[in-house]
Amino acid sequence: MGGFDFSNHNRNAALHAQGVPLPKATSTGTTIVGCMFDGGVVIAADTRATSGPIVADKNCEKLHYIAPQIWCAGAGTAADTEFTTAIISSNLELHALSTGRKPRVVTCMTMLKQHLFRHQGYIGAYLVVAGVDPTGCHLFTVHAHGSTDKLPYVTMGSGSLAAMSVFETQWRPQLDKDAAVELCSQAILAGIFNDLGSGSNVDVAVITADKTTLMRNYITPNQRVPKQRNYKFPKGTTAVLNEKIITKEDISKYVTVHELEDDSKTATAEVMDVDQ
Amino acid sequence: MTQTGMIEADGIHVDMEHLKKGEVNLGTSIMAINFKDGVILGADSRTTTGAYIANRVTDKLTQVHDTIWCCRSGSAADTQAVADIVQYHLGMYGITNNEAPTTQTAAAIFQELCYSNKDQLSAGMIIAGYDDRHGGQVYSIPLGGSLHKQPYAIGGSGSTYIYGYCDANWREDMTEEEGIQFVKGSLQEAIKWDGSSGGVIRMVVLTAKGAQRHLYLPDQNYEGPGKQT
Repeated sequence: MGGFDFSNHNRNAALHAQGVPLPKATSTGTTIVGCMFDGGVVIAADTRATSGPIVADKNCEKLHYIAPQIWCAGAGTAADTEFTTAIISSNLELHALSTGRKPRVVTCMTMLKQHLFRHQGYIGAYLVVAGVDPTGCHLFTVHAHGSTDKLPYVTMGSGSLAAMSVFETQWRPQLDKDAAVELCSQAILAGIFNDLGSGSNVDVAVITADKTTLMRNYITPNQRVPKQRNYKFPKGTTAVLNEKIITKEDISKYVTVHELEDDSKTATAEVMDVDQ
Repeated sequence: MTQTGMIEADGIHVDMEHLKKGEVNLGTSIMAINFKDGVILGADSRTTTGAYIANRVTDKLTQVHDTIWCCRSGSAADTQAVADIVQYHLGMYGITNNEAPTTQTAAAIFQELCYSNKDQLSAGMIIAGYDDRHGGQVYSIPLGGSLHKQPYAIGGSGSTYIYGYCDANWREDMTEEEGIQFVKGSLQEAIKWDGSSGGVIRMVVLTAKGAQRHLYLPDQNYEGPGKQT
């Protein structure tokens, strides 16, 4: 028999009735900002991703590509910011191809707001949209329910209050590129140090008429220093009571054995940054 | 389930928790008036998310056709979506009929959207426009989706504080200058008494000559800069 299988829904409903809470989505308790300057626009973000009280990723990317000259900073539900920006990026490229024109920032913003409004806030994406197009430089915020704002400087996420306090005291009209980058990174640092949901590093993207520069980990104010002590026990700490040697030939009867090139190599596919 | 919200002056229960969690709200003071040569729309500029001011220089006066504008109050997302759809319809109407739509037509489209989606929307709108056939007109569409043609209309959370002021000071056929002072005086009172309203006062004057924007800043005691280029 074909058709859909709804048994998982029944299981979830039964689980929910027993008081089992829904799984928690990874949220980017975030600081993101954007600022216009003469000839372009800057956006910046922190790099902490949280799942409840746990730091899920210490160095995630919250600056999303939409088009070569249009970028997005995302706060809210990590998966939602990732997928909505990807969908709009795809549709905007097709739109640019069919019209034979460069994509515009207002078009991107309208597509985002209509997509988010259609889903009535259930897609938890809070975005700062920035870019340069043939009509000029633009900076917008888009909220999950589909409302938009157009301002010369913007902040979003849980660290938005800390970041806005920097903009409201330091911002002045007609900034140049370097001053705008400096102001945005200071705003993100305010979020990193004063907001629990934000932390780690500062990512910055500068968009001008001729190029886009993504400065990943532009500031790293939370570098880990080596541990002052190590907790490895020297050989012989524990007495050896007995010893048994299993040869490669013996174990080959039960499992497949691969030769490593040298002893220093391990069979790990990808190395993760962890404490030694 | 605990009861939330409050009973308004007219005895209607208004659920203040109706806005979804984290939704951007236009806790607003808006108004539009008729005067001798057309209409004037006015609004404060505060947008809030809970206790936080998400935008202190918001533009709540939205153009939907050449000389048809609206004031938005309620959910920012809902009112923007409704205004965008109406703008599309009026654009289509203007092209297909080779004639600009009347304010009444615009108000009717607003009402259709606000009434048929009333369960899902929190949008209180005031529509004002100028057309050569009827001159200036003001329409109000409150939460339920009803449509009222009025000599002047006030709306948003701040409007409750200025019913007395407006009733005492309203006169038919004011001059443009008198009209601007009436709107400005009313909105100043609304901003003064309503915590959810604030920032600058924006206005749009609609006459046979077209649309003219005005801006009044609190740091200039709402006296300037006035007309915008």
